[in-house]
Amino acid sequence: MKNPLSIIGSVILAALSELGRLSVFSATAISHMVRPPLYWRLIAQQMWFIGYNSLPVVGLTALFTGAALAQQIFIGGSRFNAESVVPGVVVIAIVRELGPVLGGLMVAGRVSSAMAAELGTMRVTEQIDALVTLSTDPFKYLITPRLIAAVITLPLLILVANTLGVLGGYIIGTERLDLNGTTYLQVTIDFMKAADVYSSLVKAAVFGFFIALMGSYHGYNSRGGAQGVGKATTNAVVSAFIAILISNLVITVIVFGGAS
Amino acid sequence: MSNSPMIQLTDVKKGFPPKQILNGVDLSVEKGQSLVIIGGSGSGKSVTLKCVLGLMQPDSGSIRVNGKETTNQSGRGRKKMLRSFGMLFQGGALFDSIPVWENVAFGLIHGNGHNKSDAKEIAIEKLRRVGLSPDVASLSPSELSGGMQKRVGLARAIAAEPEIIFFDEPTTGLDPIMADVINDLIVECVQDLGATTLTITHDMASARKIADHIAMLYEGKIIWHGPKGDIDQSGNAYVEQFINGSAEGPIEMALFKP
Repeated sequence: MKNPLSIIGSVILAALSELGRLSVFSATAISHMVRPPLYWRLIAQQMWFIGYNSLPVVGLTALFTGAALAQQIFIGGSRFNAESVVPGVVVIAIVRELGPVLGGLMVAGRVSSAMAAELGTMRVTEQIDALVTLSTDPFKYLITPRLIAAVITLPLLILVANTLGVLGGYIIGTERLDLNGTTYLQVTIDFMKAADVYSSLVKAAVFGFFIALMGSYHGYNSRGGAQGVGKATTNAVVSAFIAILISNLVITVIVFGGAS
Repeated sequence: MSNSPMIQLTDVKKGFPPKQILNGVDLSVEKGQSLVIIGGSGSGKSVTLKCVLGLMQPDSGSIRVNGKETTNQSGRGRKKMLRSFGMLFQGGALFDSIPVWENVAFGLIHGNGHNKSDAKEIAIEKLRRVGLSPDVASLSPSELSGGMQKRVGLARAIAAEPEIIFFDEPTTGLDPIMADVINDLIVECVQDLGATTLTITHDMASARKIADHIAMLYEGKIIWHGPKGDIDQSGNAYVEQFINGSAEGPIEMALFKP
């Protein structure tokens, strides 16, 4: 039987080795993002795929989450006769946390998996090798457009998600909870600070980077045929989720750690 | 420099621990020559080809292309070398996100800097050269049969009129008639271009048709190398067993050894 310490050591070494490979991959990808030439047509295609095609799922998630949140805050607030906090809490919760995080997770589920599956299939069918033999850098052609598109598109997508999240709260607040519409909007605007919006957009850009990075990394390095592509797809989604949750906490602590 | 072989491998070793795949491969291909490497599955043919193309880094040894060492080449030197290569992949490796003509013209546009309209004209001409009509140009690769995909792959390999063309199992997965058509096309296209070629295959009919010279790779080493006409009198038990496709012989013994 294997020594438990040896098993723990092997797991840690494997994790560190994977982290090292991911770091090298990230550094290479970032270096290509700032060096011409850039394939603008491919960047536009990816922006369409990541942004426009994700609008329905992200929009619906934000709209219904905002609505449910307003209902819950109203129920909780009514215990202390504080129903009027609904607009303020909804906007802060949506813009600071739920909009970017839920939006990021929904896009990760949709986009990271698709990227990993596409690049993984290209790897196992030798299309990536073919790119090399055609004097084309696969990083430049495949990875960089995805990263740039995701970093640009996610903030725009989250801006829409935040708006729809607040709208969901407004609809429930005014149509079901008998809150005054004008007051609701005024309180929403009063409560929302510039830092809330900036942090939301920064989070979205960082999440976009991780979504494209994980999809690309796992797809690009997939091995072993159909099973390998399936594994890459799962790993891409799981690691993108983890990266989003950890980076969200880090940004939240940095931006709001000292604020009230 | 002009008298040096077009491709020269010296004591090339490559392993994926614990397995050693290439065990000191020595091989040379002269300018204008068509060398076919034969060998069974797992003998190291694909790894040899990938090392020459720079898709894999050998653990040790030297690979020289047109007299220049390529094993540590990077940047512009490597890009320049790749521009002199054409490659037909076993499964075609066509990019399914772009139409057929763009696949054929890919190296011209992205590697050689041609504009799209010129590259498209050349692509259609190359498609015609491999027996495909211009209608095929706008189709997606997924709409093509296996034989047509091979032809498109061949058109892509010759599009930039490279000095050296590599063929990876060019007839695998094709019926015997289509395989013969592809073999004939390869011979014609290579003769037109005057290119040097390196092919890996286990299809002896293909090897006999394409090759000037044949080398046999076994357990990571070249065990026989000579003109195509000499292979039937090689005097090598491994080669004889392989070309006759016999179950009896030293290769079977090797497969079952503990």
